[in-house]
Amino acid sequence: MGKGTKLALILGAIPFITLVFALPLVNRIEPVILGLPFLLFWILSWVILTPLILFLAYRLEKKFNPPEEED
Amino acid sequence: MNAALIIIFATIILSAFLGIYAGRRVKMNLENWTVGGRKFGIIIIWLLMAGEIYTTFTFLGASGWAYSKGAPTFYILIYGALAYTVSFFVLPALWKVGKRYGLHTQPDFFIKRYDSRYLGVFVALIGVVCIIPYLQLQLKGLGLIVQVASNGAVHPQIAIGISFVLTCAFVYTSGIKGTAWVAVVKDILMILAVFIVGIGVPYIYFGGFGKMFKTLIEQKPDYLVFPGAVPEMDVLWIMSTLLVMGFGFYMWPHVFGSAFSARSARIIKRNAVIMPFYQIPILLIFMVGFTALLVIPGLEDGDMAFLALVNKTYPSWFMGFVGAAGAVTAMVPSAILVLFASTLLAKNVCQTGFRPRMSEEKVMTLSRFMVLVIMTFALIFAIFLPNELVPLLIFGYNGVSQFFPGVVLGLFWKRVARTGVFCGLIAGVTVVLILILSKNDPFLGMNAGFVGLAVNSVITVLVSLKTKPSNGGIK
Repeated sequence: MGKGTKLALILGAIPFITLVFALPLVNRIEPVILGLPFLLFWILSWVILTPLILFLAYRLEKKFNPPEEED
Repeated sequence: MNAALIIIFATIILSAFLGIYAGRRVKMNLENWTVGGRKFGIIIIWLLMAGEIYTTFTFLGASGWAYSKGAPTFYILIYGALAYTVSFFVLPALWKVGKRYGLHTQPDFFIKRYDSRYLGVFVALIGVVCIIPYLQLQLKGLGLIVQVASNGAVHPQIAIGISFVLTCAFVYTSGIKGTAWVAVVKDILMILAVFIVGIGVPYIYFGGFGKMFKTLIEQKPDYLVFPGAVPEMDVLWIMSTLLVMGFGFYMWPHVFGSAFSARSARIIKRNAVIMPFYQIPILLIFMVGFTALLVIPGLEDGDMAFLALVNKTYPSWFMGFVGAAGAVTAMVPSAILVLFASTLLAKNVCQTGFRPRMSEEKVMTLSRFMVLVIMTFALIFAIFLPNELVPLLIFGYNGVSQFFPGVVLGLFWKRVARTGVFCGLIAGVTVVLILILSKNDPFLGMNAGFVGLAVNSVITVLVSLKTKPSNGGIK
Protein backbone atom coordinates (compact mmCIF):
# COMPACT_ATOMS: atom_id res chain seq x y z
CA MET A 1 0.00 0.00 0.00
CA GLY A 2 1.42 3.38 -1.02
CA LYS A 3 1.93 6.21 1.44
CA GLY A 4 -0.74 8.23 -0.39
CA THR A 5 -3.32 5.45 0.00
CA LYS A 6 -2.54 5.18 3.73
CA LEU A 7 -3.00 8.90 4.28
CA ALA A 8 -6.20 8.84 2.22
CA LEU A 9 -7.59 5.98 4.33
CA ILE A 10 -6.91 7.90 7.54
CA LEU A 11 -8.78 10.88 6.10
CA GLY A 12 -11.57 8.57 4.92
CA ALA A 13 -12.13 7.44 8.51
CA ILE A 14 -13.09 10.99 9.58
CA PRO A 15 -16.68 11.00 8.19
CA PHE A 16 -17.30 7.64 9.89
CA ILE A 17 -15.99 8.89 13.23
CA THR A 18 -17.87 12.20 13.17
CA LEU A 19 -21.10 11.12 11.48
CA VAL A 20 -21.55 7.68 13.06
CA PHE A 21 -19.51 7.01 16.18
CA ALA A 22 -19.70 10.53 17.62
CA LEU A 23 -23.50 10.74 17.37
CA PRO A 24 -24.22 9.70 21.01
CA LEU A 25 -22.01 12.58 22.16
CA VAL A 26 -23.72 15.26 20.07
CA ASN A 27 -27.34 14.18 20.55
CA ARG A 28 -28.52 17.51 22.01
CA ILE A 29 -30.43 20.67 21.08
CA GLU A 30 -28.29 23.29 22.84
CA PRO A 31 -26.30 25.26 21.81
CA VAL A 32 -28.38 26.44 18.87
CA ILE A 33 -25.90 27.55 16.17
CA LEU A 34 -26.91 29.62 13.11
CA GLY A 35 -30.53 28.86 13.98
CA LEU A 36 -29.97 25.08 13.85
CA PRO A 37 -30.30 22.73 16.84
CA PHE A 38 -26.82 21.41 17.73
CA LEU A 39 -27.36 17.83 16.45
CA LEU A 40 -28.48 19.05 13.03
CA PHE A 41 -25.72 21.68 12.92
CA TRP A 42 -23.09 19.02 13.66
CA ILE A 43 -24.43 16.65 11.00
CA LEU A 44 -24.71 19.37 8.36
CA SER A 45 -21.20 20.67 9.05
CA TRP A 46 -19.59 17.27 8.56
CA VAL A 47 -21.68 16.48 5.48
CA ILE A 48 -20.37 19.74 3.98
CA LEU A 49 -16.79 19.01 5.12
CA THR A 50 -16.77 15.46 3.68
CA PRO A 51 -16.16 16.54 0.04
CA LEU A 52 -13.31 18.76 1.24
CA ILE A 53 -11.79 15.84 3.17
CA LEU A 54 -12.10 13.58 0.13
CA PHE A 55 -10.57 16.27 -2.09
CA LEU A 56 -7.57 16.41 0.24
CA ALA A 57 -7.36 12.59 0.12
CA TYR A 58 -7.44 12.76 -3.69
CA ARG A 59 -4.58 15.28 -3.77
CA LEU A 60 -2.49 13.28 -1.29
CA GLU A 61 -2.94 10.07 -3.28
CA LYS A 62 -1.91 11.88 -6.44
CA LYS A 63 1.12 13.39 -4.74
CA PHE A 64 2.49 10.32 -2.98
CA ASN A 65 1.43 7.39 -5.13
CA PRO A 66 3.44 6.53 -8.24
CA PRO A 67 1.49 7.75 -11.31
CA GLU A 68 1.00 4.29 -12.90
CA GLU A 69 -1.16 3.22 -9.97
CA GLU A 70 -3.62 5.94 -10.89
CA ASP A 71 -5.65 5.84 -14.05
CA MET B 1 -58.13 20.85 -17.98
CA ASN B 2 -56.38 23.02 -15.40
CA ALA B 3 -52.91 24.55 -15.55
CA ALA B 4 -51.41 22.02 -13.12
CA LEU B 5 -52.43 19.11 -15.32
CA ILE B 6 -51.01 20.68 -18.47
CA ILE B 7 -47.68 21.33 -16.73
CA ILE B 8 -47.45 17.77 -15.38
CA PHE B 9 -48.27 16.00 -18.62
CA ALA B 10 -46.25 18.32 -20.85
CA THR B 11 -43.22 17.72 -18.62
CA ILE B 12 -43.38 13.94 -18.50
CA ILE B 13 -44.10 13.60 -22.22
CA LEU B 14 -41.28 15.98 -23.20
CA SER B 15 -38.88 14.18 -20.85
CA ALA B 16 -39.72 10.82 -22.39
CA PHE B 17 -39.17 12.19 -25.91
CA LEU B 18 -35.85 13.61 -24.83
CA GLY B 19 -34.93 10.15 -23.54
CA ILE B 20 -35.90 8.49 -26.80
CA TYR B 21 -34.10 11.17 -28.83
CA ALA B 22 -30.91 10.56 -26.80
CA GLY B 23 -30.57 7.08 -28.27
CA ARG B 24 -30.72 8.08 -31.93
CA ARG B 25 -27.74 7.11 -34.06
CA VAL B 26 -26.36 4.91 -31.25
CA LYS B 27 -26.09 1.30 -32.36
CA MET B 28 -27.71 -0.51 -29.47
CA ASN B 29 -25.69 -3.42 -28.20
CA LEU B 30 -25.49 -4.61 -24.61
CA GLU B 31 -22.39 -2.50 -23.89
CA ASN B 32 -24.09 0.71 -25.07
CA TRP B 33 -27.46 -0.10 -23.57
CA THR B 34 -26.31 -0.94 -20.01
CA VAL B 35 -23.05 0.93 -19.47
CA GLY B 36 -23.19 3.62 -22.18
CA GLY B 37 -20.15 2.18 -23.94
CA ARG B 38 -18.04 3.18 -20.87
CA LYS B 39 -17.80 6.70 -22.27
CA PHE B 40 -19.50 8.83 -19.64
CA GLY B 41 -17.66 11.89 -18.31
CA ILE B 42 -17.83 13.40 -14.87
CA ILE B 43 -20.96 15.54 -15.33
CA ILE B 44 -23.14 12.83 -16.79
CA ILE B 45 -21.96 10.29 -14.18
CA TRP B 46 -22.79 12.79 -11.45
CA LEU B 47 -26.27 13.35 -12.85
CA LEU B 48 -26.86 9.65 -13.27
CA MET B 49 -25.83 8.79 -9.73
CA ALA B 50 -27.83 11.70 -8.41
CA GLY B 51 -30.73 10.29 -10.40
CA GLU B 52 -30.41 7.12 -8.38
CA ILE B 53 -30.19 8.83 -5.01
CA TYR B 54 -32.97 11.38 -5.28
CA THR B 55 -36.07 9.25 -5.63
CA THR B 56 -39.67 9.89 -4.68
CA PHE B 57 -38.71 8.42 -1.34
CA THR B 58 -36.32 11.29 -0.73
CA PHE B 59 -38.94 13.80 -1.78
CA LEU B 60 -41.87 12.43 0.23
CA GLY B 61 -40.04 10.21 2.74
CA ALA B 62 -37.45 12.66 4.10
CA SER B 63 -40.11 15.28 4.79
CA GLY B 64 -42.56 12.59 5.92
CA TRP B 65 -40.11 11.20 8.47
CA ALA B 66 -39.29 14.69 9.76
CA TYR B 67 -43.02 15.21 10.17
CA SER B 68 -43.95 11.91 11.82
CA LYS B 69 -40.68 10.72 13.43
CA GLY B 70 -38.40 13.74 13.84
CA ALA B 71 -34.63 13.30 14.24
CA PRO B 72 -34.37 9.73 12.84
CA THR B 73 -34.92 11.36 9.42
CA PHE B 74 -31.41 12.87 9.73
CA TYR B 75 -29.95 9.53 8.65
CA ILE B 76 -31.08 10.40 5.09
CA LEU B 77 -28.75 13.42 5.13
CA ILE B 78 -25.82 11.41 6.53
CA TYR B 79 -25.66 8.04 4.77
CA GLY B 80 -24.77 9.49 1.37
CA ALA B 81 -21.62 11.14 2.73
CA LEU B 82 -20.55 7.75 4.13
CA ALA B 83 -21.43 5.88 0.93
CA TYR B 84 -19.41 8.29 -1.25
CA THR B 85 -16.45 7.93 1.10
CA VAL B 86 -16.61 4.15 0.69
CA SER B 87 -16.95 4.56 -3.08
CA PHE B 88 -13.82 6.73 -3.19
CA PHE B 89 -11.78 3.72 -2.08
CA VAL B 90 -13.69 0.81 -3.62
CA LEU B 91 -15.11 1.91 -6.99
CA PRO B 92 -11.92 2.77 -8.89
CA ALA B 93 -10.58 -0.76 -8.29
CA LEU B 94 -13.92 -2.16 -9.39
CA TRP B 95 -13.94 -0.01 -12.53
CA LYS B 96 -10.49 -1.34 -13.51
CA VAL B 97 -11.61 -4.96 -13.16
CA GLY B 98 -14.80 -4.14 -15.11
CA LYS B 99 -12.84 -2.55 -17.92
CA ARG B 100 -10.26 -5.32 -18.15
CA TYR B 101 -12.81 -8.14 -18.35
CA GLY B 102 -15.69 -6.32 -20.06
CA LEU B 103 -18.09 -6.67 -17.12
CA HIS B 104 -21.58 -5.11 -17.30
CA THR B 105 -23.31 -6.15 -14.10
CA GLN B 106 -22.74 -6.98 -10.46
CA PRO B 107 -23.13 -10.77 -10.90
CA ASP B 108 -20.58 -10.55 -13.76
CA PHE B 109 -18.09 -9.47 -11.11
CA PHE B 110 -18.91 -12.40 -8.80
CA ILE B 111 -18.76 -14.87 -11.70
CA LYS B 112 -15.35 -13.60 -12.82
CA ARG B 113 -13.77 -13.13 -9.40
CA TYR B 114 -14.98 -16.37 -7.82
CA ASP B 115 -15.15 -18.42 -11.03
CA SER B 116 -18.66 -19.63 -10.23
CA ARG B 117 -21.77 -19.44 -12.41
CA TYR B 118 -24.01 -20.48 -9.54
CA LEU B 119 -22.79 -17.65 -7.32
CA GLY B 120 -23.60 -15.30 -10.22
CA VAL B 121 -27.15 -16.60 -10.60
CA PHE B 122 -27.68 -16.43 -6.82
CA VAL B 123 -26.44 -12.82 -6.63
CA ALA B 124 -28.61 -11.86 -9.62
CA LEU B 125 -31.75 -13.32 -8.04
CA ILE B 126 -31.19 -11.55 -4.71
CA GLY B 127 -30.63 -8.33 -6.67
CA VAL B 128 -33.90 -8.64 -8.59
CA VAL B 129 -35.88 -9.53 -5.46
CA CYS B 130 -34.53 -6.37 -3.80
CA ILE B 131 -35.17 -4.12 -6.83
CA ILE B 132 -38.80 -4.95 -7.61
CA PRO B 133 -40.34 -3.52 -4.39
CA TYR B 134 -38.33 -0.32 -4.98
CA LEU B 135 -39.69 -0.06 -8.47
CA GLN B 136 -43.21 -0.55 -7.20
CA LEU B 137 -42.62 2.13 -4.55
CA GLN B 138 -41.60 4.62 -7.26
CA LEU B 139 -44.73 3.93 -9.30
CA LYS B 140 -46.95 4.18 -6.24
CA GLY B 141 -45.31 7.48 -5.21
CA LEU B 142 -45.78 8.83 -8.72
CA GLY B 143 -49.49 8.02 -8.71
CA LEU B 144 -49.90 9.75 -5.36
CA ILE B 145 -48.00 12.88 -6.42
CA VAL B 146 -49.94 13.35 -9.65
CA GLN B 147 -53.25 12.73 -7.89
CA VAL B 148 -52.59 15.35 -5.23
CA ALA B 149 -50.99 17.83 -7.65
CA SER B 150 -53.94 17.66 -10.01
CA ASN B 151 -56.26 18.17 -7.04
CA GLY B 152 -57.80 14.74 -7.51
CA ALA B 153 -58.52 15.25 -11.24
CA VAL B 154 -56.20 12.41 -12.29
CA HIS B 155 -56.71 9.00 -10.75
CA PRO B 156 -53.36 7.55 -9.55
CA GLN B 157 -53.79 4.47 -11.74
CA ILE B 158 -54.04 6.61 -14.88
CA ALA B 159 -50.90 8.56 -13.93
CA ILE B 160 -49.05 5.30 -13.20
CA GLY B 161 -50.23 3.84 -16.51
CA ILE B 162 -49.11 6.81 -18.62
CA SER B 163 -45.70 7.11 -17.01
CA PHE B 164 -45.29 3.33 -17.27
CA VAL B 165 -45.67 3.48 -21.05
CA LEU B 166 -43.35 6.50 -21.39
CA THR B 167 -40.64 5.05 -19.14
CA CYS B 168 -40.71 1.71 -20.97
CA ALA B 169 -40.39 3.58 -24.27
CA PHE B 170 -37.21 5.47 -23.45
CA VAL B 171 -35.54 2.63 -21.56
CA TYR B 172 -36.34 0.23 -24.40
CA THR B 173 -34.98 2.48 -27.12
CA SER B 174 -32.13 4.38 -25.48
CA GLY B 175 -31.03 2.40 -22.41
CA ILE B 176 -28.77 4.11 -19.91
CA LYS B 177 -28.05 7.09 -22.16
CA GLY B 178 -31.72 8.01 -22.49
CA THR B 179 -32.06 7.72 -18.73
CA ALA B 180 -29.10 10.02 -18.17
CA TRP B 181 -30.67 12.68 -20.40
CA VAL B 182 -34.00 12.51 -18.60
CA ALA B 183 -32.05 12.74 -15.34
CA VAL B 184 -30.89 16.22 -16.39
CA VAL B 185 -34.49 17.45 -16.63
CA LYS B 186 -35.35 15.74 -13.38
CA ASP B 187 -32.46 17.27 -11.46
CA ILE B 188 -33.20 20.80 -12.61
CA LEU B 189 -36.92 20.58 -11.74
CA MET B 190 -36.32 18.79 -8.48
CA ILE B 191 -33.63 21.19 -7.22
CA LEU B 192 -35.77 24.20 -8.17
CA ALA B 193 -38.81 22.77 -6.39
CA VAL B 194 -36.83 21.87 -3.27
CA PHE B 195 -35.14 25.27 -3.04
CA ILE B 196 -38.32 27.27 -3.61
CA VAL B 197 -40.41 25.26 -1.14
CA GLY B 198 -37.63 24.54 1.37
CA ILE B 199 -36.62 28.17 1.74
CA GLY B 200 -40.15 29.46 1.10
CA VAL B 201 -42.36 27.73 3.65
CA PRO B 202 -40.30 28.40 6.82
CA TYR B 203 -40.08 32.03 5.69
CA ILE B 204 -43.79 32.39 4.87
CA TYR B 205 -45.03 30.89 8.15
CA PHE B 206 -42.28 31.87 10.60
CA GLY B 207 -40.12 34.51 8.93
CA GLY B 208 -37.10 32.20 8.51
CA PHE B 209 -35.80 28.73 9.42
CA GLY B 210 -34.16 29.98 12.65
CA LYS B 211 -37.50 31.16 13.99
CA MET B 212 -39.15 27.97 12.78
CA PHE B 213 -36.65 25.89 14.79
CA LYS B 214 -37.14 28.21 17.77
CA THR B 215 -40.87 27.46 17.73
CA LEU B 216 -40.17 23.75 17.28
CA ILE B 217 -37.75 23.73 20.25
CA GLU B 218 -40.46 25.37 22.37
CA GLN B 219 -43.29 23.11 21.26
CA LYS B 220 -41.78 19.73 20.35
CA PRO B 221 -38.12 19.57 21.50
CA ASP B 222 -38.17 15.74 21.42
CA TYR B 223 -38.37 15.81 17.64
CA LEU B 224 -34.91 17.33 17.32
CA VAL B 225 -32.78 14.68 19.05
CA PHE B 226 -32.67 10.89 18.74
CA PRO B 227 -34.90 8.90 19.07
CA GLY B 228 -37.38 11.59 18.03
CA ALA B 229 -41.00 10.46 18.29
CA VAL B 230 -40.17 6.74 17.89
CA PRO B 231 -38.49 5.13 20.93
CA GLU B 232 -37.22 2.09 18.96
CA MET B 233 -35.14 4.32 16.67
CA ASP B 234 -32.59 5.33 19.28
CA VAL B 235 -29.03 6.35 18.58
CA LEU B 236 -27.79 2.72 18.33
CA TRP B 237 -30.37 2.05 15.62
CA ILE B 238 -29.28 5.19 13.77
CA MET B 239 -25.61 4.21 13.95
CA SER B 240 -26.14 0.63 12.77
CA THR B 241 -28.50 1.79 10.00
CA LEU B 242 -25.94 4.33 8.83
CA LEU B 243 -23.24 1.66 8.59
CA VAL B 244 -25.52 -0.70 6.65
CA MET B 245 -26.53 2.04 4.23
CA GLY B 246 -23.04 3.53 3.92
CA PHE B 247 -21.62 0.11 3.00
CA GLY B 248 -24.75 -1.07 1.18
CA PHE B 249 -25.51 1.87 -1.08
CA TYR B 250 -23.05 0.96 -3.82
CA MET B 251 -24.09 -2.69 -3.54
CA TRP B 252 -27.42 -1.96 -5.24
CA PRO B 253 -27.08 -3.65 -8.63
CA HIS B 254 -27.95 -0.44 -10.48
CA VAL B 255 -25.60 1.79 -8.48
CA PHE B 256 -22.83 -0.80 -8.76
CA GLY B 257 -23.45 -0.93 -12.52
CA SER B 258 -23.21 2.82 -12.95
CA ALA B 259 -19.57 2.58 -11.84
CA PHE B 260 -18.89 0.74 -15.10
CA SER B 261 -20.28 3.57 -17.24
CA ALA B 262 -17.46 6.00 -16.42
CA ARG B 263 -14.71 6.78 -18.93
CA SER B 264 -11.92 6.28 -16.38
CA ALA B 265 -11.20 5.33 -12.77
CA ARG B 266 -10.12 8.90 -12.11
CA ILE B 267 -13.57 10.20 -13.07
CA ILE B 268 -15.13 7.91 -10.49
CA LYS B 269 -12.76 9.15 -7.82
CA ARG B 270 -13.45 12.80 -8.62
CA ASN B 271 -17.16 12.03 -8.70
CA ALA B 272 -16.94 10.62 -5.16
CA VAL B 273 -15.40 13.93 -4.07
CA ILE B 274 -18.22 16.12 -5.41
CA MET B 275 -21.16 13.80 -4.64
CA PRO B 276 -21.69 14.83 -0.98
CA PHE B 277 -22.66 18.33 -2.14
CA TYR B 278 -25.72 16.72 -3.59
CA GLN B 279 -26.87 15.82 -0.07
CA ILE B 280 -27.26 19.40 1.10
CA PRO B 281 -30.73 20.08 -0.43
CA ILE B 282 -32.04 17.27 1.79
CA LEU B 283 -31.72 19.74 4.66
CA LEU B 284 -34.31 21.89 2.91
CA ILE B 285 -36.65 18.90 2.59
CA PHE B 286 -36.39 18.45 6.39
CA MET B 287 -37.37 22.11 6.81
CA VAL B 288 -40.56 21.46 4.84
CA GLY B 289 -41.41 18.45 7.03
CA PHE B 290 -40.76 20.35 10.27
CA THR B 291 -42.75 23.38 9.09
CA ALA B 292 -45.64 21.09 8.18
CA LEU B 293 -45.45 19.56 11.67
CA LEU B 294 -46.11 22.99 13.18
CA VAL B 295 -48.53 24.35 10.57
CA ILE B 296 -50.66 21.34 9.62
CA PRO B 297 -50.30 18.80 12.47
CA GLY B 298 -52.35 15.61 12.59
CA LEU B 299 -52.06 14.36 8.98
CA GLU B 300 -52.90 10.68 8.85
CA ASP B 301 -50.10 9.87 6.39
CA GLY B 302 -46.85 11.70 7.18
CA ASP B 303 -45.55 11.08 3.66
CA MET B 304 -48.17 13.51 2.40
CA ALA B 305 -46.73 16.37 4.48
CA PHE B 306 -44.67 17.91 1.64
CA LEU B 307 -47.52 17.93 -0.88
CA ALA B 308 -50.17 19.00 1.66
CA LEU B 309 -48.11 21.98 2.75
CA VAL B 310 -47.38 23.05 -0.84
CA ASN B 311 -51.07 22.74 -1.62
CA LYS B 312 -51.97 24.95 1.33
CA THR B 313 -49.31 27.56 0.60
CA TYR B 314 -48.91 27.99 -3.17
CA PRO B 315 -51.18 28.59 -6.20
CA SER B 316 -52.31 25.55 -8.18
CA TRP B 317 -49.98 26.08 -11.17
CA PHE B 318 -47.04 25.83 -8.76
CA MET B 319 -48.51 22.62 -7.40
CA GLY B 320 -48.45 21.43 -11.03
CA PHE B 321 -44.77 22.27 -11.21
CA VAL B 322 -44.05 20.31 -8.01
CA GLY B 323 -46.16 17.46 -9.37
CA ALA B 324 -44.17 17.45 -12.61
CA ALA B 325 -40.87 17.45 -10.70
CA GLY B 326 -42.16 14.61 -8.52
CA ALA B 327 -43.36 12.57 -11.47
CA VAL B 328 -40.04 12.81 -13.34
CA THR B 329 -38.28 12.09 -10.04
CA ALA B 330 -40.13 8.78 -9.97
CA MET B 331 -39.54 8.01 -13.66
CA VAL B 332 -35.74 8.29 -13.63
CA PRO B 333 -35.06 5.86 -10.77
CA SER B 334 -37.75 3.55 -12.21
CA ALA B 335 -35.92 3.55 -15.52
CA ILE B 336 -32.57 2.78 -13.91
CA LEU B 337 -34.03 0.07 -11.68
CA VAL B 338 -35.85 -1.69 -14.50
CA LEU B 339 -32.86 -1.41 -16.83
CA PHE B 340 -30.61 -3.21 -14.39
CA ALA B 341 -33.17 -5.74 -13.18
CA SER B 342 -33.88 -6.77 -16.77
CA THR B 343 -30.19 -7.10 -17.61
CA LEU B 344 -29.68 -9.22 -14.47
CA LEU B 345 -32.49 -11.57 -15.47
CA ALA B 346 -31.50 -11.86 -19.13
CA LYS B 347 -27.73 -11.98 -18.77
CA ASN B 348 -27.06 -13.45 -15.35
CA VAL B 349 -30.03 -15.73 -14.82
CA CYS B 350 -31.02 -16.93 -18.32
CA GLN B 351 -27.66 -16.78 -20.10
CA THR B 352 -25.33 -17.63 -17.21
CA GLY B 353 -27.63 -20.15 -15.56
CA PHE B 354 -29.24 -21.97 -18.47
CA ARG B 355 -27.92 -20.98 -21.91
CA PRO B 356 -24.21 -20.14 -21.67
CA ARG B 357 -23.92 -20.10 -25.46
CA MET B 358 -26.66 -17.53 -26.06
CA SER B 359 -25.38 -14.80 -28.41
CA GLU B 360 -24.87 -11.20 -27.27
CA GLU B 361 -27.69 -9.99 -29.58
CA LYS B 362 -30.11 -12.53 -28.11
CA VAL B 363 -29.24 -11.37 -24.57
CA MET B 364 -29.87 -7.79 -25.65
CA THR B 365 -33.27 -8.69 -27.18
CA LEU B 366 -34.18 -10.67 -24.07
CA SER B 367 -33.14 -7.78 -21.78
CA ARG B 368 -35.45 -5.41 -23.66
CA PHE B 369 -38.28 -7.91 -23.43
CA MET B 370 -37.63 -8.23 -19.68
CA VAL B 371 -38.08 -4.45 -19.31
CA LEU B 372 -41.71 -4.93 -20.30
CA VAL B 373 -42.14 -8.03 -18.10
CA ILE B 374 -40.69 -6.44 -14.95
CA MET B 375 -42.49 -3.12 -15.43
CA THR B 376 -45.80 -4.94 -15.91
CA PHE B 377 -45.13 -6.94 -12.78
CA ALA B 378 -44.39 -3.79 -10.75
CA LEU B 379 -47.43 -2.07 -12.28
CA ILE B 380 -49.73 -4.89 -11.20
CA PHE B 381 -48.35 -4.75 -7.66
CA ALA B 382 -48.57 -0.94 -7.54
CA ILE B 383 -52.21 -0.94 -8.63
CA PHE B 384 -53.72 -4.08 -7.13
CA LEU B 385 -51.50 -5.07 -4.18
CA PRO B 386 -50.00 -1.77 -3.01
CA ASN B 387 -49.00 -3.05 0.45
CA GLU B 388 -47.98 -6.63 -0.23
CA LEU B 389 -44.33 -5.83 -0.88
CA VAL B 390 -43.66 -3.72 2.23
CA PRO B 391 -41.65 -6.47 4.03
CA LEU B 392 -39.56 -6.90 0.87
CA LEU B 393 -38.92 -3.18 0.83
CA ILE B 394 -37.47 -3.38 4.33
CA PHE B 395 -35.46 -6.38 3.15
CA GLY B 396 -34.11 -4.45 0.12
CA TYR B 397 -31.32 -2.36 1.63
CA ASN B 398 -30.42 -4.99 4.20
CA GLY B 399 -30.37 -7.63 1.47
CA VAL B 400 -28.09 -5.87 -1.01
CA SER B 401 -25.67 -4.78 1.72
CA GLN B 402 -24.87 -8.49 2.18
CA PHE B 403 -22.87 -8.31 -1.09
CA PHE B 404 -20.37 -5.98 0.58
CA PRO B 405 -17.91 -8.58 1.98
CA GLY B 406 -17.88 -10.51 -1.31
CA VAL B 407 -17.15 -7.37 -3.32
CA VAL B 408 -14.64 -5.60 -1.09
CA LEU B 409 -12.71 -8.68 0.03
CA GLY B 410 -12.86 -9.92 -3.55
CA LEU B 411 -11.12 -6.77 -4.74
CA PHE B 412 -8.52 -6.38 -2.01
CA TRP B 413 -7.86 -9.78 -0.41
CA LYS B 414 -6.48 -12.65 -2.51
CA ARG B 415 -7.33 -15.28 0.10
CA VAL B 416 -11.13 -14.89 0.02
CA ALA B 417 -12.75 -17.94 -1.58
CA ARG B 418 -15.94 -18.95 -3.35
CA THR B 419 -17.26 -21.21 -0.58
CA GLY B 420 -16.66 -18.50 2.02
CA VAL B 421 -18.60 -15.90 0.05
CA PHE B 422 -21.43 -18.35 -0.63
CA CYS B 423 -21.73 -19.33 3.06
CA GLY B 424 -21.44 -15.74 4.27
CA LEU B 425 -24.07 -14.50 1.83
CA ILE B 426 -26.55 -17.26 2.71
CA ALA B 427 -25.98 -16.72 6.44
CA GLY B 428 -26.36 -12.94 6.16
CA VAL B 429 -29.54 -13.07 4.10
CA THR B 430 -31.04 -15.75 6.37
CA VAL B 431 -30.32 -13.74 9.54
CA VAL B 432 -31.91 -10.64 8.00
CA LEU B 433 -35.00 -12.53 6.83
CA ILE B 434 -35.50 -14.27 10.18
CA LEU B 435 -35.16 -11.03 12.14
CA ILE B 436 -37.57 -9.14 9.85
CA LEU B 437 -40.18 -11.91 9.60
CA SER B 438 -40.12 -12.67 13.35
CA LYS B 439 -40.53 -8.93 14.00
CA ASN B 440 -37.17 -8.71 15.77
CA ASP B 441 -35.99 -5.70 13.73
CA PRO B 442 -34.49 -3.74 15.46
CA PHE B 443 -32.56 -6.51 17.23
CA LEU B 444 -31.10 -5.39 20.60
CA GLY B 445 -31.56 -1.84 19.30
CA MET B 446 -29.60 -2.52 16.11
CA ASN B 447 -30.72 -2.58 12.49
CA ALA B 448 -31.31 -6.20 11.31
CA GLY B 449 -29.18 -5.63 8.21
CA PHE B 450 -26.23 -4.70 10.42
CA VAL B 451 -26.56 -7.92 12.42
CA GLY B 452 -26.72 -9.88 9.14
CA LEU B 453 -23.68 -8.06 7.76
CA ALA B 454 -21.65 -8.80 10.90
CA VAL B 455 -22.50 -12.52 10.78
CA ASN B 456 -21.88 -12.57 7.03
CA SER B 457 -18.41 -10.95 7.30
CA VAL B 458 -17.23 -13.28 10.07
CA ILE B 459 -18.40 -16.39 8.21
CA THR B 460 -16.94 -15.23 4.87
CA VAL B 461 -13.51 -14.70 6.44
CA LEU B 462 -13.48 -17.88 8.58
CA VAL B 463 -14.67 -20.21 5.83
CA SER B 464 -12.27 -18.62 3.32
CA LEU B 465 -9.35 -19.26 5.67
CA LYS B 466 -10.35 -22.94 5.99
CA THR B 467 -10.81 -23.61 2.26
CA LYS B 468 -8.64 -23.52 -0.85
CA PRO B 469 -8.45 -20.04 -2.43
CA SER B 470 -10.42 -19.74 -5.67
CA ASN B 471 -9.01 -16.85 -7.59
CA GLY B 472 -10.18 -18.09 -10.93
CA GLY B 473 -10.85 -14.98 -12.92
CA ILE B 474 -8.77 -12.11 -11.72
CA LYS B 475 -5.01 -11.67 -12.27
